[in-house]
Amino acid sequence: MKSSNVKGWLYLLPAILFLGFFMVYPLIDVFIYSFEEGYNFASQTSFGIGLYNYSYVLHDGYFLQAVKNTFILVIITVPLSTGIALLISLGLNAIKPLRNLFQTVYFLPYVTNTLAVGLVFMILFKKTAYSEGLINLLINRFGGESVDFIDGPYWAKMFVMCFYTIWVVMPFKVLILTSALASVNPDYYRAARVDATPKRRIFTKITLPMISPMVFYLVITGFIGAFKAYSDEVALFGTDLNAAGMNTIVGYVYDMLYGDSGGYPSYASAAALILFVIVLTITCVNLLVSKKHVHY
Amino acid sequence: MRVLLEHLTKKFPGRGRKAHTEVIAVNDFTFEIPDGKLVGLLGPSGCGKSTTLNLICGLEKPTAGRIFFGEDDVTTLPPENRGVGFVFQNYALYPHLTVLGNILFPLQNLKGAAKLSKEEMLKRAKEAAHLVQIDNLLERRPGEMSGGQQQRVAIARALVKMPRVLLLDEPLSNLDARLRLQTREEIRRIQQETKITTIFVTHDQEEAMSISDMIVVMKDGVVQQIGKPQEVYDSPVNLFVAKFLGTPPINVFEGRVSGGRLFVGGDDILAAPGVTDREVWVGIRPEGFVLQPDGPLRCALSRVEVMGRDTSVVSSHPAAAGASIRSIISAENRVDTDSNAVRFAVKPAKTFIFDRETEERIRFGGQ
Repeated sequence: MKSSNVKGWLYLLPAILFLGFFMVYPLIDVFIYSFEEGYNFASQTSFGIGLYNYSYVLHDGYFLQAVKNTFILVIITVPLSTGIALLISLGLNAIKPLRNLFQTVYFLPYVTNTLAVGLVFMILFKKTAYSEGLINLLINRFGGESVDFIDGPYWAKMFVMCFYTIWVVMPFKVLILTSALASVNPDYYRAARVDATPKRRIFTKITLPMISPMVFYLVITGFIGAFKAYSDEVALFGTDLNAAGMNTIVGYVYDMLYGDSGGYPSYASAAALILFVIVLTITCVNLLVSKKHVHY
Repeated sequence: MRVLLEHLTKKFPGRGRKAHTEVIAVNDFTFEIPDGKLVGLLGPSGCGKSTTLNLICGLEKPTAGRIFFGEDDVTTLPPENRGVGFVFQNYALYPHLTVLGNILFPLQNLKGAAKLSKEEMLKRAKEAAHLVQIDNLLERRPGEMSGGQQQRVAIARALVKMPRVLLLDEPLSNLDARLRLQTREEIRRIQQETKITTIFVTHDQEEAMSISDMIVVMKDGVVQQIGKPQEVYDSPVNLFVAKFLGTPPINVFEGRVSGGRLFVGGDDILAAPGVTDREVWVGIRPEGFVLQPDGPLRCALSRVEVMGRDTSVVSSHPAAAGASIRSIISAENRVDTDSNAVRFAVKPAKTFIFDRETEERIRFGGQ
C-alpha cells in the first residue's frame, strides 16, 4: 500500500513540479508582491507589509478608467455575442442548402490571423490620409458626419472595441451552439409537433432548455474572456492605451509591469488580484444562476 | 376510432450513389383496423412498419393512397390536427420538465375553444397519471426514473389529449426482459380501459402475439398477412410468415409431393391429397412432432433438453434446411438418450407445405 503510494506520487511528480513552478509559485508570489509596500526590484527589498498598493491602485485614475472600460466591454459584448451567435446558429440549423458554406464563412474569423483582422478593421473604421474608412463612407452616404473611430470620441472608440470583440468571439460561439442544436434529439421536435406545440413555445420550452448547458458554458467563458481583454485593444488603438483612454484591467497590469510607466510589480500584482476577485465573484454568481436554470 | 388505410404507399428517394433508385418503404397497403382494437405491426427491421406508423401519425406524407380515421380523410392533415397520441421508442420525455410538466405539456398547447383552465389541466393530467399508475412520481424528472416508469409517463402524455388513435413505436424494446412482460400487460390493460384504437410496432413476434387483437405481418414494405395472432400462427400464408412467428421457430425441410404423398428426403411422412407432384418446402411446428418408435420421420438424435413440463428434442435430418430440428413433446414421453436415432410422426394440422419457388402456402387435405 505504502510503496504504491510512493509510486503514484512519483508518476505525478513531473506534472506537480511543472505546475508548481509555473503556476502555483507565481500565484503565491503575486499575492506576496501585492502586499509588499515600496518593493524595489534592484535590491529586492520592501519597506513593509500593508494595503498601500491596493489603495494606490484603487485611487489611480487610469485604473478606474480601465475598470470602467472593462465592465462596459463585458456587459455589452457577452450577452450580445451570445445572443447573436444563438440567432445565427438557429438560422444555420434551419437552412439546408449552402449550410456548410455558411458554416465555413462564420467560422473563418476564428482561423484568421489577428493582424489580418486588424487590417480589415482598419479598412472599415480607420481614417487615413487616403480614406475615411468604409463605415464613414456609409455614414456620409446617408448624410451623416464622419466620425473618427480610432482617435475620436469615447463612445465611438468603445463602439469599435465592442464591435471588434463581438466579431472575434462569435465564430467559436456559433460553432458550439450549432453543434449543441444539432445534437438535440429530433424526436423531441417530433413529439412537440404531434402535440401541436407552437414554434415559440418549442424554442423556449424545448430548444433553449436543451442547449442551456452550452449557453451557460459560453456565458461563463465569455465573461472570463472579456475580463481578460487586452490584445484586441492594442491591435485597435496601439500600445499606449492609457493615452487613448481605452485601457483594460489586464492592460493596466501589463503597463505597470513593462509599459512606459513600468517597473511597479507591486501595483501590477494588486491590480491583478483585484481582477481575480472580480472574475471569481462573477463566475460564482454565474454558477449559482446556472444551477437554478440548467437542470441536467 | 376505425382506422382505414387505402393503397398507402411511401417511397423515399435514394441517397448518394444510389440516388437514381427509390426505396419503397411502404408498398400499397390496404387494411382496416376496427374501432377499439389493439393492433401490432410486426416485421423484421427495415420492413416499413415504423414508416407506416409515421404515416398514420402524419409525421410522414404518403406518396400515394389515403388514410381515414372513422369517416374523416386525414391524409393531408398535419399530425397536430389528427388527434393522435404518439409514444416514441426512446419516449422523448423532456428531461428538464417534471413528470407532471411532461404530461401537462400537450394540454398547455391547446388554443382557442379547446383551451383549458389550470385546474382542468391539472385534473386531466392527474387522471392520466393515475391510469398508468404513476401518481406518486409526479414531481420526479425523467432522469430519476426507470425505463418502465418513463414508458408510463410517455403513455400518459400521449393519452392526456384524449387522442382518437394511440400509436406506439417499439414500446418495449428499451426495457429489460422482466419489465417487458410487465409493461406489455400494462399496455393491454390501459388499452382495454380507455378503449382507444391502439397501433404498436414491434419486431418481437412474441410481444405482438401476446397482447394484440390483430397482427399485421410485414416484409419489405408489403403486408404479408393480417389476422388474429392465433389464426396467423395456425395458418400462415407463406414461408416467411411461418418462419417469423413462433418460438422456438418452425422447422423447415426440403420436401417433395409425389403421388399424393409428402416426402421429406426419403421419408414418406404424410398424405397430401389434392396436391400435384412438385418440389416443396415443408414447415413443421415444434409441437407438431409425435414421438413414435415406428414413425415415418427418421432423425438423428443430438440431445434432449428437459424443461419440466415439456421436453425439447434436438435432432437432425439430411433434408432439414437448418442445422438442427427442435421438437417439443410432452415430458411424459421418455426419449432413449442412449440411442442415436429418433423417429417421429407429424401432426397434419401443424405441418405446412409451401411452393419451392414462390414460397406460397399450398393447402392440402382440408387445411
